Amino acid sequence: MELLEYAIVGGILYGIFFSLIGIGLNLIFGVMRIINLAHGQFIVLGGYLAFVLARDLHWNPLWALPLSIVAAAIIGWPLYYAVVPRLQASGDPEMLSFILFFGLGQAVEALTVLGFGTDQRSLPSDAMGSGNIGVLGQEFPDSWWVAAAVSLAAIGLLWLYFSRTKLGYATRAVMSNRDEALATGIDVHRVSALAFVAGLALAAIAGVFVPYLLGSVSPDLGGELTTTSFAIVIIGSLGNPLGTIIGGLVFGLGTMLMQTYYSSWSNVVPYALLLVIVLLRPQGLLAKAARNA
Amino acid sequence: MPELTPAATASPLRRARPAILVLAVLLAAFALLPHVYGNLSLLFTLMAFITLAQGLNLLYGFTGYLPFGYVGFFGCGAYAASLLVLHTGWPMLVCVGIGGVAAVAMALILGPLLRLSGAYFSIASLAASQILYFVVSNTNLADVTGGPYGLKIERVFSPTGSYYTMLAILLAATALAAWLRLSAFGMGLQAMKQDPVSAAMAGVPVVRMRLLAWLISAAVAGLCGAAYAWNISVFYPDAVFTLQISVFAIVFALFGGVGTVIGPIVGAVILYSLYSAIGISTPQYFQLIYGVLIVLLVLFLPGGVLSLFARRGIRVF
Repeated sequence: MELLEYAIVGGILYGIFFSLIGIGLNLIFGVMRIINLAHGQFIVLGGYLAFVLARDLHWNPLWALPLSIVAAAIIGWPLYYAVVPRLQASGDPEMLSFILFFGLGQAVEALTVLGFGTDQRSLPSDAMGSGNIGVLGQEFPDSWWVAAAVSLAAIGLLWLYFSRTKLGYATRAVMSNRDEALATGIDVHRVSALAFVAGLALAAIAGVFVPYLLGSVSPDLGGELTTTSFAIVIIGSLGNPLGTIIGGLVFGLGTMLMQTYYSSWSNVVPYALLLVIVLLRPQGLLAKAARNA
Repeated sequence: MPELTPAATASPLRRARPAILVLAVLLAAFALLPHVYGNLSLLFTLMAFITLAQGLNLLYGFTGYLPFGYVGFFGCGAYAASLLVLHTGWPMLVCVGIGGVAAVAMALILGPLLRLSGAYFSIASLAASQILYFVVSNTNLADVTGGPYGLKIERVFSPTGSYYTMLAILLAATALAAWLRLSAFGMGLQAMKQDPVSAAMAGVPVVRMRLLAWLISAAVAGLCGAAYAWNISVFYPDAVFTLQISVFAIVFALFGGVGTVIGPIVGAVILYSLYSAIGISTPQYFQLIYGVLIVLLVLFLPGGVLSLFARRGIRVF
């Protein structure tokens, strides 16, 4: 029972954090129908931002959270206007953007290696509190709780944006039908660019906690994070931020249970979940995924 | 866009002339190069990547299905052939052949993936190849697959034997691409790539043909992986399952131009030469270059570098 409780509490914390890992990908897909295959590499960049702040400036890594948003705006805004409108005008936006962002991810990964080397980097372990917080007698480091709290706050803010603001309504309109949104006079590009920046910012914010939750950050983590995010996003439902929480929890609990009972197989979890979901429940969980030829 | 050019209505022999020319050039080049250039293993790897780029082109170029997990078939062939030769001691050529069969069997098992489309297919196939890798490299299966410790088949080691086997596979893959380019089957595939519904209405058996292209493409990767395992003879699971192999095959094929016969060959030759010049010592520079290249290609030259010729009215085979 001890083990089971550990796996469940840990799985929930881990899962909430992984909702944040996936949600940026979901947002960009939902609004632009673009799969940001460089998502994992942007998460890694967030991790390095925190690392540089902690190592060179001796700041608390939490300062990387607001800076992530600034950095995402600086990179994301020009990037959006450089590639996305052009892609959406092309014959096969979904596949072309998939390939383009794959190339972008490779370039970002190479630049990360050039900038920071291939070493695994970690953050000072006491920066987010050095103690443990226990629930049901199961203790987890403070950083895990901070990560889960920030994740919930970020997802909560996103939800408020969607349900309470005018721009959020416009974003949802673009999500449900881009052409009709355009016809009703919504500035689709402005809304999309904002969502694009928000997606990158959420990725970078998640990255700040990667050194704590995964032990360290290194440039080659990107590809794996992208695939995991994709799995989480489609377990939940595409385009629905709250669904991503369900996806994250399924992934978190699955991983923790596997790590507890069959640890050598735990790295199969995201890939197996992904395959099972896309093959067995394509219509229910991701109605837009399966097209009958 | 397969338009009816004069060549398409000419006699079969005249139509096949570019194919015969490409095959003859490849055969002559790789049969003669070992005599003037000493690094046989570099030539071998170059052939392996041309073959993989061509194998990927058979699927992506003609059906639009981009398998990010293409390396799964490569690893599958490598492992099937190596395990077979370890346990039975059959001639390596037979084992290479069965490596191809194993990849086809795996492709049949993964056949349901073809129900997905676009990016979903790509990522699902990537997940499948990762699962294969984790299963093969799992320590619990070390007695069966060698687990993370890999396999050693050094007693059948033969640099020349594997070299000419790979050359034969390369020629076969190129001949298959030429066949798709010239045959009604290939025409049907391209029709359903553009519009599956209309193609089905016009009597193209969409599902069956797509599955066939998937199996052919898997066979090429399986044979290639088996010959590769023979050539290196001692390998760890990540040597034959690394996603880098998929990535290179995709990048090389896209760079040259998919849907053509010579595109993947040109792309692999140019980029692999660049890789062997700078990529082995400083892989991150090479990664940066091809990353940026892909972005630029998608934005400005979606048809690959050979589409530069096509734009000037030169028909690219």
